[in-house]
Order: sequence, then structure tokens, then C-alpha cells
Amino acid sequence: MKSLYSELGWLPRVPQEFSSRLKALPSADGPVGDQIQALASYALDLNQLTKLAKAIGKARGEDRSLAPLTPFRLAVLSNSTIDFIVPALVASAARHGIALEVIQPSYDQVAQEALTPDSKVNSSKPDAVLFAIDYRALPLRLTLGDGDAAAAGVQGAIGYLQALRDGVKAGSNAVCMFQTFAPPVESLFGSLDRALPGTLRNLIEGINRVLAEFVIDSGDVLVDVAALAETVGLADWHNTSLWNLGKFSFSDEFLPLYGDHVARTVAAIRGKSRKVLILDLDNTVWGGVIGDDGLEGIQIAQGDARGEAHLAVQRMALELRQRGIVLAVSSKNADEVAREPFEKHSEMLLKLDHIAVFQANWNDKATNIRAIAEELSLGLDAMVFLDDNPVERGLVRKLLPQVAVPELPEDAAWYARTLAAAGYFEAIAFANEDLKRAGFYQDNAKRASLQKQVGGVDAYLASLDMTITFQPFDATGRARIVQLINKSNQYNLTTRRYTDPEVAEAENDPEVFTLQVRLADIFGDNGMISVVICRPGESGVWEIDTWLMSCRVLGRKVEHMVLGAMLEHARAAGVHTLAGTYRPTDRNKLVVDHYGRLGFTKVSEAESGLTRWEMQVEGAEPESAPMNVVSQGFTPAKERVPA
Amino acid sequence: MNEEEIYARLAKIFEDVFDEESIKITPEMTAKDVDGWDSLTHIRLMLSVEKAFRIKFTASEIGKLENVGDLVKLIKARI
Repeated sequence: MKSLYSELGWLPRVPQEFSSRLKALPSADGPVGDQIQALASYALDLNQLTKLAKAIGKARGEDRSLAPLTPFRLAVLSNSTIDFIVPALVASAARHGIALEVIQPSYDQVAQEALTPDSKVNSSKPDAVLFAIDYRALPLRLTLGDGDAAAAGVQGAIGYLQALRDGVKAGSNAVCMFQTFAPPVESLFGSLDRALPGTLRNLIEGINRVLAEFVIDSGDVLVDVAALAETVGLADWHNTSLWNLGKFSFSDEFLPLYGDHVARTVAAIRGKSRKVLILDLDNTVWGGVIGDDGLEGIQIAQGDARGEAHLAVQRMALELRQRGIVLAVSSKNADEVAREPFEKHSEMLLKLDHIAVFQANWNDKATNIRAIAEELSLGLDAMVFLDDNPVERGLVRKLLPQVAVPELPEDAAWYARTLAAAGYFEAIAFANEDLKRAGFYQDNAKRASLQKQVGGVDAYLASLDMTITFQPFDATGRARIVQLINKSNQYNLTTRRYTDPEVAEAENDPEVFTLQVRLADIFGDNGMISVVICRPGESGVWEIDTWLMSCRVLGRKVEHMVLGAMLEHARAAGVHTLAGTYRPTDRNKLVVDHYGRLGFTKVSEAESGLTRWEMQVEGAEPESAPMNVVSQGFTPAKERVPA
Repeated sequence: MNEEEIYARLAKIFEDVFDEESIKITPEMTAKDVDGWDSLTHIRLMLSVEKAFRIKFTASEIGKLENVGDLVKLIKARI
């Protein structure tokens, strides 16, 4: 099953007309991002990735728009030859919605580039720096049997990596992406290598462990190359012939896989990981067809090979739900028939409670998936659709190209592994909110039904017994703040994306006013649901740089309460005007009149649809909503540096 | 597989590696005759040939090749 990984088995095979479609790109009108992404979405080999990267480079050189791909500048520092890696990264990034520009310094200049403030890498101000180095770049020596020396060796290597990081942070403040180290295959003693301090395997294992801890604590990003190499097999990963021939650090066989892994991590930094898993039922969640085989006929039991395969799919779906992925169902069945196994079959792991939206009917699946996206207020590009039926997969891919639809092998035993290998839900951090997210979406359905019962909106809001909590940015909230900044598309006025270090910078700048907002109600804690950044503009003016809100709390007048808090702090800081901007994207139409609704006055409108708004702090009385207000962690105004 | 078939398959590989449909390969052809045939592309070409014919070359074999004719001889000896 190595081929699942080396051949990107979850992606459709490359069609005959790939080359001709690639050739037709330069003559296409307007932005070419969608076409490039479509071409990138096949299982491309190294030559095809290289060709696509060339076409992307050409389009960029001609100043063609790559929209809607999101731009990202990545510097790659390596002790090996990365000339094959770079095109693989550029083309794979397009698959994940990223227009990647790679900054590639001269060969083997890792330390010079990281540590010199005006080096090529640092002066190019990349969004992120990838340390694509392998174990041969580490200052390591064997210290056989000497535990203290081995520990010092591990610390030495980590110290070296930390120094590189500090150099990049000082030079360009880019996000640092560290790779774990694939241990070499050749053993010295044999099995003892793992146990004995100071062997290469023992040292590298130690370095990987400490590196992972250091990365998660520092807000940097990890690319677990060691896990990748172990997954496909170290004997195949390390190709000594290629290393000797041209200092290629791993086998060319895995360049597409490596490219996809780095690309999905970059996409995760930009908040592009998927959020919803939509499951087909018959022959996907269980074996057989419920409408034909009936409750007793479907295969889902432990101890039955076919049943266990489908149980593994259910188990994976449940685990994904646990980490915050929303589950939905799209099945061609009568509704009550499709629900029966969930309600009555004792072997089912998935219950109706786990499913946020259940669509069982005779509509085509594209229509159903659109309905699911709408009900969850999420974009189609947040969806993954798992279906055993190639016809349904083809239809959804054709009608809804934004939805990720993994190819599946004949044998259901490999379904779960294939879904996992595709890495649709790659995450670079884990916030407490993630644990609860899947539940939020379901609670919203409950809230909606309560709304119907109580009738009026105001009475409904009052019945929710809401508590809103305002705090400035802090270290505890930062992971979730960064996540919201990079994920929110719809209720987002400016859609400015910031990395962890940039958010930390705003947090520590006394001139910048920041807000993190939490909301709790009778159904539970919604967690952090809104983020605001105001930067000092002209004297006495706060520029609202960022204002976003989770769509989960739409229609609760949270934005009115947030405005109230902003006005209060503006007044205390001697600010007389709040200035807001609406920057249109293809996703944030929802907030086109956000400022108008809140009582701001429009001061200008650009052709692009960008609008500027102002509100005088003096005398402003925003509408308030029935909720308890908690305000904590703010420095009293008089201690703040005057704006 | 006879020589003709090897040339036909190689032509496809050249097309793919050099992103150029009009390449006509001949036994006398050398790296100098093709735009973009540098040392890195040479390695990519060799890797593509290895994969297509399911064979492996050694580093010294890759270094010793003078022209396309040599490459075909080497492939013929391996398959």
C-alpha cells in the first residue's frame, strides 16, 4: 500500500488532456487561478508538477491574476538540492488554493541565510521559512553509551535550530516551519541502536521529540517528515544513489507526496483546511444497501471483515468529530429508512446525535451538499465528501469542484486510511474550542428550533441568558485568535490574515487596541467568537484593521455589543473617531452593510467595492442586546500611552 | 522490445521532461542539442527513464552516456 502515498491515491488520475489544457492556459481570459487549481487536483508526477509550476511561473511573470488562489511567499532553506522540490511545492500548493512563490537561496546556505539580517531570505520578507534540512545538516557525533553526552548532543542540535529560528524571527519575523528528521536506515548495532544513548537513531529520536515540543510551545509549525518517511518506509525514502549523484535528500518517488504535505501545511496556516466530512451511507458507512438489505442485512458487525472495514470509517469519523470536524450525511434513501440503522442497529458507532445535517432524499448529491453547506453557513471549500460510488464522486467533482472528493479503492478495508492519507483536515494548532466545535453547529440547530417556539427574536435572545466576555489579546487566547483570523471568511470586514508572531506583536503593542470576545448561553459555551484589532490612525482616530465574527452567533446582536465595548475603550483613550473599512472578497458579502447597520457614515466608495466608514465616538449610542457583560484584563486608560 | 519501440517510448519521455512536443530524438543527439538539458534535467530524465522501463542505472552509467544512442543501448541491455 505504499502506492497509496507515492501515487497520491486519493486524487483522480491525470487525464489524457492534461497537457493540452496546460498549453491552453496562456490564451485564457481573466484570472487563471481556478483552472490552475483544477489542473493541480490530479495525482501529478514529478514531470507534471514541474510543467504546471512552469506554467504558474509564466502566468505570474506576465502579471496574470492567479485569483482566487491565496498568495503565499515561502523561503526554503536546505542543506540539499531542492531544485526538484521547488516546482513540486508550487504546483501542490495550487491544489490547496495557494499561489505559492518560493524564495530559494543558493545551495547549502542555511545558517548564513537565517542569521544574516539582510540575507536574501530575510530581506525578501517571506510569510514563512521552511527549514527543509535532513539529519546530515545537524551538528551530530556518535557518543556511544554516554547518556550525558547524548543529551548534550540533542541539546546542541536543538540549540542550532533555535538559533536559526531566532535569526529568522529577528530578520523577517516569518513563521518558521520545521521538519522532523527521518532517521537513516543503516543500523550500527541492530536493535540496540534504539536503546543505547548516542547512536544516530537514538540521537535523532531525541531531537525529533524535543523539536516537536519546542515547536508547539513557540507557535511555529511542524512538518512531520519523519512520520512521512516511516509511513512509506525508510528504506525507500532514503535513496543513497540520489544523494551521491546530486545531494537529493530523499527518493524522487516521494516528491509529489512531500510537496502535498508541505502544501497542505501552508494551506492550514492560511486557514484553508476543511471543516466538514459529508458521508454517504450505503457501502460507505455500512456494507450493503439499507433500502434493499434491511436492518438485519447490512454489514456492520465486529468480527465480520466487511463490517469491520465500515466500522473503521465510522470510528475515524467519530475521532474527527472529536477534534472539531463537523459530520453530515448525504444519502440517496428515504429519510426514515436511512435513519433506521442509526437509531436501531446496536453495532453502529455513529448515532444521529453526531450528525449535524442529515440529508437523505432522492435529490442529486450536489444539490444536497449545497444544502448542507448552506445550513452550516460554511463554504463548499470547507467540505469533504466520502462516497464509494465513482459516479456520485464524478458528479460532485464536476458540479462542485470546490468540494474535496477522495478517490476510494475497491476494497472498503482501505477507505479510512485513504481518507486520512489525503490530509484534508491538516491543523497547525489545536485550541480548546476545537473540542467543542462539532457540537456548536448542532446546538445551533436546537437554537433555531427554540427560536421558532418562542416567536419573537428579542424574546428569544433574552431567553438564551447570554454572557459576553471582552478581553484584550493574551497568550492564552492567541492560538484561537490566529485560527479565527485565518479561517473566518464570511463575517470578516477586511479578511486580513495574520500569523502567530504578528498577532503577538499586536498583543504587545500598547498603541494597538485588541479585543477577543467570548459568548456563553444556556446551551453552553460558544468559546471565542469575535476578534477586533484597532490601530492608531490620524490623531484621535482608531482604524478598525480587523473585525470578524464567527457565523455561529449570527443574529444575536453580538456585533452591537462589540461596538459598545470599542466605543467605551475609545472614549477612555481619548479617541474621537472610529474608522472602518469593508474590503470585499467573494465570500464576505454578508457584511457589506455591517457598518451601515451599526450607524457608521459612509465616507467613500471605491470602484472595487471597498467602502470606508466613520463613527464619532462622542454621543454614539449603539443598540444593546439582552446579555450580561464581563470585561476583564484591560489596562486602565490612564496607564496607557496616549494615542 | 526492439530499438524502434524503445525510441518511441523515449520520445514520449523527452516530451514530458522537456515540456516540448516537437522534440525529435536521434541516436546522435546530445545534451547540447536540446534547450534546457542541463545537469538537473539530465537527472530528471534518467529518473523518468528508470521509472518508465522499470530499470535502474548506476551513477557511473549515468555519467558515461555520450548521446541518446548510448542511452538506448543501455536500456536494451537492461530490459
